[in-house]
Amino acid sequence: MLRLSKDEAIRFLGKQGILAAFVIFMLVFALAEAKFISADNVLSVIRSSAIIGVMALGVTFVVVSGNLDLSIGSMMSFSTIVVLDLHDKIGPVLAILAMFSLTLLLGALIGFLVGYLRLNSLIVTLGMLSAIHGLTLTYSGGKNMDISDKSSWFSFFGQDSVMGIPVPILIFALLAALLGIILSKTPFGRKIYAVGGNGTAATFSGISRSKTVFFCYLISSFCVATAGLIQASRSLGSQNTVGQGLELEVLAAVILGGASLLGGAGTIAKTVVGVLMLGFIQNGLLLMGLQFYVQFVVTWVIIILAVWLDIAGKRGKLWSPLA
Amino acid sequence: MNTPTPVLRLENIVKTFPGVRALDGVSLSVLPGEVHALMGENGAGKSTLMKVLGGIHQPDEGQVIVNERPVVMNGPLEAKALGIVFIHQELSLAEELSVAENVYLGELPTKGFGRVDWHELYQKTDAILAKLKVGFDAKTLVKDLSIANQQMVEIARALTVEAKVVIFDEPTASLTDAEKRVLFDVISDLQANDVGVVYISHRMEEIFKITDRISVLRDGQYQGSVATKDTDEEGVTQMMIGRKLDLTRKESNHELGKIALEVRNLSSGKAFNDVSFQVRSGEVVGFYGLVGAGRTEIAETLFGLRNKSSGEILLNGEVIDVKSPRDAIEKGISLVPEDRKGQGLVLGMNCRDNMTLPQVDDITAGPFVAEGAEIAIFDQYRDSLDIRTPGWKQDVGNLSGGNQQKIVIAKWLSMKPNVLIVDEPTRGIDVGSKSEIHKLLRKLASKGLAVIVISSEMPEVMHVSDRIVAMYSGRVTRTFECGEVTEDNLVQAISGVSKLA
Ligand SMILES: Nc1ncnc2c1ncn2[C@@H]1O[C@H](COP(=O)(O)OP(=O)(O)OP(=O)(O)O)[C@@H](O)[C@H]1O
Ligand SMILES: [Mg+2]
Repeated sequence: MLRLSKDEAIRFLGKQGILAAFVIFMLVFALAEAKFISADNVLSVIRSSAIIGVMALGVTFVVVSGNLDLSIGSMMSFSTIVVLDLHDKIGPVLAILAMFSLTLLLGALIGFLVGYLRLNSLIVTLGMLSAIHGLTLTYSGGKNMDISDKSSWFSFFGQDSVMGIPVPILIFALLAALLGIILSKTPFGRKIYAVGGNGTAATFSGISRSKTVFFCYLISSFCVATAGLIQASRSLGSQNTVGQGLELEVLAAVILGGASLLGGAGTIAKTVVGVLMLGFIQNGLLLMGLQFYVQFVVTWVIIILAVWLDIAGKRGKLWSPLA
Repeated sequence: MNTPTPVLRLENIVKTFPGVRALDGVSLSVLPGEVHALMGENGAGKSTLMKVLGGIHQPDEGQVIVNERPVVMNGPLEAKALGIVFIHQELSLAEELSVAENVYLGELPTKGFGRVDWHELYQKTDAILAKLKVGFDAKTLVKDLSIANQQMVEIARALTVEAKVVIFDEPTASLTDAEKRVLFDVISDLQANDVGVVYISHRMEEIFKITDRISVLRDGQYQGSVATKDTDEEGVTQMMIGRKLDLTRKESNHELGKIALEVRNLSSGKAFNDVSFQVRSGEVVGFYGLVGAGRTEIAETLFGLRNKSSGEILLNGEVIDVKSPRDAIEKGISLVPEDRKGQGLVLGMNCRDNMTLPQVDDITAGPFVAEGAEIAIFDQYRDSLDIRTPGWKQDVGNLSGGNQQKIVIAKWLSMKPNVLIVDEPTRGIDVGSKSEIHKLLRKLASKGLAVIVISSEMPEVMHVSDRIVAMYSGRVTRTFECGEVTEDNLVQAISGVSKLA
């Protein structure tokens, strides 16, 4: 006899609930607005999610290791501005190389502060958020950056398609596959879970916490640089604040995907789902004609709901005095 | 004389977790003023049963009856309101808060407008602490206390309410003898006040010292209850594991090998001073002393977790410098640490991944972790250590306390070390598995391993060691060769008395 108790039902909802809610959401929108599931719209949602998505991949590493990264938005502005500026001066190839090196340097700095000096990641990356913003403004003198030659092949990363698939989506997919394998299949990935789950036990197992955390930030900054490249290539010109506020959206996508802010839990696949969910929800609301600002509120309500369902599922109750 | 009405009855309790039937129709009653032992192997369901009683788990079937009235409890505070107080196997304190705040957590005394009445809080807490004769006060932060003292804070919690039933789940696992005596006094006070006490422990000598009745669980099923005075260790063991236990130490006549590990005049800050000893391959050396004698710190220094301030460590005759646990591991040293939850395991990670964590760099196929090889390691040690778990995918946090400890032991045995250091290896482990682990340590030694056993249990060190190093307050007071040791001179050596002589 199959019997589903209330607790089990809640646990099931918690496990599959976010996904189920998402499927229902998609169905409702698809029925209400046929355009929503048109190939064009779907592709455009994924494409516009690619920048958030690429950064969310890196942030997943950081979050699983038990830390936060709030500096990615401002770091992305920095990458975008730098590559746009250098493009005209030293050509696209060198510009891209230089931009990646500089961004990785910033990631290494954060990794050093959080990993080796054991400073609190919230404080460090919050500080870096404004420090990097200052750096960007100093670099650009506060001016917008533009590429003069609008026909440069540099536009490939943001504007072209390969076999009908936009390049940003390809980059996102390739990077997701690569990083997904690293996180789930390699010894390094396993160590990240250990460090995020219980740093002391990881140390007692001969794992270097410092090194592990350091590399997570390095990966995160690599993803940020990639996102900056896509952004710059797509617009071929940019303001100093292009990445502003993205850190919260990225974090939202990562949490929506089910990574734990306490560290030790989360996967790349789930993050990708989180990214797509966020993208489609925002797009759906926009199609419904909801005002842009209302979107922020609705997005957050959905996220809170997701987190709550997740926790409720883990403890098998909607509310419990035990956390 | 008619029997008093039970303060508490459990009827046909069933509780299942995915893949495990933890409790299978268990009934139990607790009388006022009795100390009732609950016994069973690791994973038998003792903690789960008590969590049902404490309102933490809701039973799938069956009833909890308090004072002849069926009750449904939706949380520990509701249980507490009914007079059921639970002292957990795993510490559950808020480390950043003071002792007083922890003792009265969730029910801080208040004055007008919901403000906390700190004065009353500290006063009431200090009064309880005085009863427990502890050496710290209400304002101390919990994170500054030793594990043993944190355990005393848990116990203090039980004394804040008019309890009808107090449950102790392995309270003595990390207590010193003196602290144990205080605890037993507290228990007999409770008993005198007609409180029913449920007492879970794997330590037979305690069970026979303080309990009136023993109930036994096996694989989630109730095996029966007996009056403590009508049975003995053998009888209880028989009930628990369904067979007799072979406690004889198999004397293997293996030759001792060369000196594997030698420590010369080693010191580390204030923790220990001028310590020298040798361990041959094939030998088990026991380290005995009170909590705080510096034994754990020596282990940490050998394992690269702590800096030495002077002295040297020699491995196979060569001076070595161990800078990190990684160093130690590469040199063939393994350490089973004393705190399984804090240092031994990553809760939230599955059993297999926990077990293979120190060697994850080495079991690879190309750039990837070789999961098949990992599962093989897991299977091997699950069988040889009899680890009860539905499978390798199980979150290690869902295992019973004793089975978690076995995972930690397996994790370090599977490293195939040359020197194995185990710190309180059988804490929380049932009698059957305990003797299995002792046999295993002897067997490993007979195969040429050098073993260091740190333990606060005298029978354990005496049973398992070839030689015993006794420590007091950071110094080695005496090294006992095989055959020299008696209980009396061992007690003397660790209490600092012999230093006066
Ligand atoms: N939250 C949980 N989820 C899944 N399984 C659980 C959970 N809690 C307990 N179990 C399982 O239930 C069984 C009984 O566990 P329990 O902790 O009650 O054992 P125990 O008798 O207290 O053992 P020990 O002496 O080792 O403390 C074990 O098989 C354990 O793995
Ligand atoms: Mg238990």
